Amino acid sequence: MSVDTSVRLPGMPVKNPVMTASGTFGYGLEFSPYGDLRSLGGIVVKGLSLAPRLGNPMPRIAETPCGMLNAIGLQNCGVEKFLRDKLPRLPWRETPIIANLYACDADEFAELAGVLSAEEGVAALEVNISCPNVKAGGIAFGQDPCMAGKLAEAVKKRAGDKPVWVKLSPNVTDIVSIARAAVLGGADALTCINTLTGMSVDIRSRKPRLANVIGGLSGPAIKPVALRAVWQVCQAVSAPVIGVGGIASAEDVLEFILVGAHAVQIGTANFMRPDMAFRIAERLPQLMAELGIEDLASYRGSLRVG
Amino acid sequence: MALSGACRDLTILSVTEAGPEGGAHGCYYIELANPGLGSAVAGQFVMVRPACFGQDPVWPRPFSICRLTPEALTLFVQTCGRGTDVLCRLVPGDTVTVWGPLGQGFGLEPDTPTLMLAGGVGLAPFVEYAATHPAPANLALVFGHRQPLSCYPFAEMANVIGRAEAFQENTPEDLPRFIELLETKVAEYAGGLIVACGPRPFLMTVARLARRFGARAQVSLENRMACGVGGCLGCVEKNALGQYVQTCTQGPVFWVEELQLSEEA
Repeated sequence: MSVDTSVRLPGMPVKNPVMTASGTFGYGLEFSPYGDLRSLGGIVVKGLSLAPRLGNPMPRIAETPCGMLNAIGLQNCGVEKFLRDKLPRLPWRETPIIANLYACDADEFAELAGVLSAEEGVAALEVNISCPNVKAGGIAFGQDPCMAGKLAEAVKKRAGDKPVWVKLSPNVTDIVSIARAAVLGGADALTCINTLTGMSVDIRSRKPRLANVIGGLSGPAIKPVALRAVWQVCQAVSAPVIGVGGIASAEDVLEFILVGAHAVQIGTANFMRPDMAFRIAERLPQLMAELGIEDLASYRGSLRVG
Repeated sequence: MALSGACRDLTILSVTEAGPEGGAHGCYYIELANPGLGSAVAGQFVMVRPACFGQDPVWPRPFSICRLTPEALTLFVQTCGRGTDVLCRLVPGDTVTVWGPLGQGFGLEPDTPTLMLAGGVGLAPFVEYAATHPAPANLALVFGHRQPLSCYPFAEMANVIGRAEAFQENTPEDLPRFIELLETKVAEYAGGLIVACGPRPFLMTVARLARRFGARAQVSLENRMACGVGGCLGCVEKNALGQYVQTCTQGPVFWVEELQLSEEA
């Protein structure tokens, strides 16, 4: 049985729904020895800011049951260096490269969007309104529907013909209200979810395991939370949702599509083994054939409830 | 062909506990079948993920290459937590996924008198260093350890290199004497090359002494890392300019003057 793994995202047809999550796949190039980047549905690169960012002090990562905490603090080389040194080396003609944007306010977000919208090699802009590890902006943007809408609008205005995705935080009382506000503001798609805030401590040294004390929890431990968030958001908005959170197998990918996601991002699982995203992309059509799923559009959102 | 560029499933040939009979010293040699793979630079490392990790622990574990031959990849491992506990309980025939060699290894200057400074399990990369050095008579080793000496691959190294000295740290009072020994040795090799691997406080001492005596010295860091390939930015270290460098790809071996080597990172 031949299956169709292609997906239509706004302004961007993709060959399969398996993408990589921002902050877990470097600038893509780091992982090219382990698989063919062109086999992925998309690559979301490490969060970019206008100026380079040093990031948080060490220690920045801690292992937790079936997951990990991180407080990297958006260390990145800055948008200019990315466009000059990294993007030209990525196979952007064959695989969509999605830039993940971080800024401290709406004006900066708009400026960054303006810079990136001029780039042929950038397929879409993913707006990070949900980073738990930075002092200015970050998660606070993603907890207020008005702010989420305002930022989506600010980026959309300067994005030209680039689709705008807004990445939502699970650290909210009602993710649906944020999702609606982002779509009203102009988001073409939503990425659900960023990390959950968490912490880990050492009872002997009496120290936190992260210098930042609090970090973002990711990995298979958060998959049920992500699945719930994607399900709720898909029920409420018509914009496509890209599911992310603990996905580590082709089975996991189908779970997210079953609850309504158009595509998914592989995050922490890239750290489990650097060929993980490639393996999942390769395995997905086999699994679809085994389950008799001819195409993803017919399977999407087909969860039988009640 | 080098090992790098792919994740490979390797089969465990043996897991051997080292050291005196009856003691639980936590030091093991893990030998993996090498399916016809090439060479490594001593000081490079591999990431190791036993099939039985499943989804927990999430991270693979980094280990220095202790020895790489056409037949086998040998790791020298000291148990220190969940990952190493699982790894050292594997049995012949078990499968582990390995990728590497990764990172930058130690400099190797055949004609330069070279001092290897190792602390505990930090002896591992120097087995490969001594085995691949074209003029092992130019090599000297000072090895600080806590477990009995037979827990470590010291004797076989002592047989092939110029000079080897071991110092067992039994009580806290031994530490100043060990540092004195390091001082004497670093001063002696100030015109040569010094390569060091061990716990962070040990490496900080080596760096301090190298600066004092103007010695050329490299240290191999053991920063915690998630991916080992430059993706997570969890293993970074502050360089002399205050910028973060990645231990996995730009290290783990650095010249001491490249780094700040502060307490916290």
